[in-house]
Parts: sequence; C-alpha cells; structure tokens
Amino acid sequence: MRTLKDYITSLLTEGCREDGRSLLEYRPITIEVNPIPKANGSARVKIGATEVLVGVKLDVGEPFPDTPDSGVLIVNAELIPLASPEFEPGPPKEEAIELARIVDRTIRESGMIDLEKLCIKKKEKVWMVFVDIYPLNDEGNLFDAGVLGAIVALRNAKMPKYDKKEEVVLHKELTTEKLPLQATPILNTFCKLNGVLFVDATTRERKASECRLSIATKANGHICAMQKGEFGSFTADEILRLVDLAIEKGKELRQLIK
Amino acid sequence: MTKVGQPPKLIVRGKRLDGRAPDQLRPIKIKAGVVPNAAGSAELSIGDTHVIVAVYGPREVVPRHLARPDRVYLECIYDMTTFSTSDRNRPGPSRRSREISKVTAEALGPAIFLEHYPKTELDVYIEVINASAGTRTAAITASAVALADAGIEMRDLVCSIAAGKIDGQLVLDLFEPEDNFGQADLPISIMPRTGEITLLQMDGDLTKEELKKLLAMNQKACQEIYKKQKAALKEKYEVKK
Repeated sequence: MRTLKDYITSLLTEGCREDGRSLLEYRPITIEVNPIPKANGSARVKIGATEVLVGVKLDVGEPFPDTPDSGVLIVNAELIPLASPEFEPGPPKEEAIELARIVDRTIRESGMIDLEKLCIKKKEKVWMVFVDIYPLNDEGNLFDAGVLGAIVALRNAKMPKYDKKEEVVLHKELTTEKLPLQATPILNTFCKLNGVLFVDATTRERKASECRLSIATKANGHICAMQKGEFGSFTADEILRLVDLAIEKGKELRQLIK
Repeated sequence: MTKVGQPPKLIVRGKRLDGRAPDQLRPIKIKAGVVPNAAGSAELSIGDTHVIVAVYGPREVVPRHLARPDRVYLECIYDMTTFSTSDRNRPGPSRRSREISKVTAEALGPAIFLEHYPKTELDVYIEVINASAGTRTAAITASAVALADAGIEMRDLVCSIAAGKIDGQLVLDLFEPEDNFGQADLPISIMPRTGEITLLQMDGDLTKEELKKLLAMNQKACQEIYKKQKAALKEKYEVKK
C-alpha cells in the first residue's frame, strides 16, 4: 500500500512539493499589524493556510529575585481547538509548551527586548511583557509563524500609561512610547525526510517527516536559538547547511517586517 | 453612586457617546469560511467587538459516554484571548465563560436538527479576539453562520443582539461604557423566521413596559442582522459569473 509518507517522499526526492513549491520556498506570507485594539501590540500572520494571532499585553509587577532590575518576558501559546481538529480544549499540552518556549527563547536570547530598561523601581516594580500566541488555523509551521507574529506585535506595541504616584497601570490610556527593542530575530524551521531538507512544512509534510530543526538568527547573521524535534536525526553537515539556509531565509523574512 | 471612570452622561443631546441614535446598531461585518481546517467557520465584528467561530463535526464523541443515542452532543466553548480585554485576561475557562458556553449551546440548539446526527458530537469553538461589549451575542450570531457554513441541517439561523437602558433611555446594542455604566442589559437571540427567542438574559432594572419595548427593539435589529448573515453565506457560496 502506498502511504502518505511514500507519496510525500517521492515528491520531495524529485525536489517537488504537493503545493508546487520548491524545497526552500515559503508559502505566501501576509502580516496584518495591530488588528486588536485592546492589545498593546498585535499581529495576524498567515503563512499559506496557517494563521496565527499574537497579542502583547504590558503590565507592571514584581521582578524575579535573581534579576531585580530587569523587566519580565512571559510567552504563552494556546492551541485552541478552533484552529485544528487535533487540538483539544484544556490546559496546555506538550506541543503548546514547546511552541511557547521556542518563541520565548528566540526573543530572549536575541536580546530583542532591552529588559533592563523596563525596570521602574529595583526589586519592586518592573514592566511585564506578556506575549500570547493563538493559532487560528494550523496548516503546519506554527513555530515560524508564531515568532514572526510575536516580533511584529512587539515592534508595534505601545506602552500604557503608568501612574507613578498611585503605582498603577492605566490600561485604557496608551502612550506613543514603544518598547525598548534592539534586535529582530527570525525563526526558520526545516524538516528532513529521506535525506531531503526543506523549509516551511505543511501539516501533511510534517507528519511524514523524520525530524525538524528550528534555527533563530539575527540581522548580523548570528544564531541565537536552535531546537531539534521529532525522533529522526541530523548529521553535522546537514546542520551546518541548514544554518547557512537559515541566515539566507532569515534575511528574506526580515524584509517583510517594516 | 459613581463608579471609577464613569462619564457624567451617556446620552448627550439625543446622541450616544459614539454618536449613534438610540436604536442604531454598531457597524457589523460578517465573513463565512475563515478557518480552512474547520467544517464551517465565521468571523464577525460589531464595532470593536470581534469574534471568530469554528465548527467541527459531526464527529466521534470523546469521551464516549457523552454520546446520545437519539441526538447529537452539542458542545459550545466560549473563550477569550488574553489580549482581548483592557486588563490581561487569564487564559483558560472562568465561571463567566462556562456560563456563556452553556447559554450559547442552548441558544443555538433549538435551531439545529439535533436528532439528525445521533451518537455524534458537534463542536462550536468561539474565540473572542477583541472584547468591547456584546461578545456573547456576537458569538451566537457568528456561530449560526459557522453552523450553516458547515452544512449542518438547521430550522433557521439564530440572530442575537442586546438592548438596554442608559440614562433612563432605552437603547440598542450597548457599547463598552454603556455596558459598564448602564442601568439594564438584555441580550437575546431569536430564530428570525418565527421570532422565537432562544436566549434571554437580563440584569439591571426594568419595568414591564420597558422590557416589552426592548424586546421589540431587539427583534427588529435581529432582522437586520439576519440579512447580514445571509449575505455572508451567499458571498461564500454564490456562483460568481
């Protein structure tokens, strides 16, 4: 019997994909900036039929004891059952946690947010940056879409007013002030099937694949985070080749962000 | 008693704070078929309130003991994104969202031929992505479109809107300050062909006369919403030349 895996493998071996793309081509990407008036910053990103909504909320809270003069970044992902027949209601499962942690590390390790500038009063009051990722339709590659959405939402976020006397945040009054940002990381996720490497897998391609590698790069070409997933393995040569590709694809995607 | 942030007046020279007449709806946009993975879906915005609904099924019931031998198990889940409200909303269900999920299922159920899909489950997933009053009514209106888009056999669509009382005056479709500082709120849903009411909630203070007027106001507005629902479905399914 010919399985889905056989079919996708034979296509990839010939350098083809189900949707007619080449191996290293992304599906069309569209980005809508700040669609959510109640969020401080937001983005609705489509990569082909995959769609995610990312919102940024800013609040004031206590810093962590080990970083008393640093703001706090919290990334959360909700795989709501609206987005896929495979998502179930209930508390976040492994998949949602991995998505949130990959986006978190990409942002954190790139130094995108200058967290020290988010300190209001050492040991007591700092800005908390909440990044929440909601897929609206999962057709594969939520990682790259999630990072892209988070980056755009953070870049377009406006700080709410903070009343220093009363020590309260006035959530309904937005200022024109933006977050202190200093880098633009991009995440590129590659999959491997039968020795063939390709980017931006659809759900069917992901299911057929042996493993995936996500690589986050900065504008200067440095890598800031990586994560391998699934049960297959990569050779060192493959990894180095993917790093080159990530730098190249990172440049491509970074151009979509103004 | 004045609450924090309360404007001195909600109606100024016969106009509401957003410039609407008392019986005027906020601008409504409905689009059918926005979630490709779902059997049916819809996106609706009314003013700044914005919801997305996806319908999955009829499909296998999980867990199995919930299966009904004579009809479909209808599950509605109303959820709000963390960034849909001014203060960040904690993810996951709350007492409020559970109640809304329940009344939503009960508002939609009467319009669905539940008995046509025995031993299966039908899921209606509602996500409020921006909340600015009237989210449950927006959710029900959008859910009806999503169900129709999914090809579920229905007696009718379901249209939903709220009316209420502010500064002693009866008004349609409360927006945020009116919802927060008004005197009464009456969300209802109807099946527009017969006018039968499938959702009714009320809080505040109303006389019987006022209630009668608000119901009439809601019924009339629902007919307007019904037209938008049909237009959204036609937009998706009509053969374009």
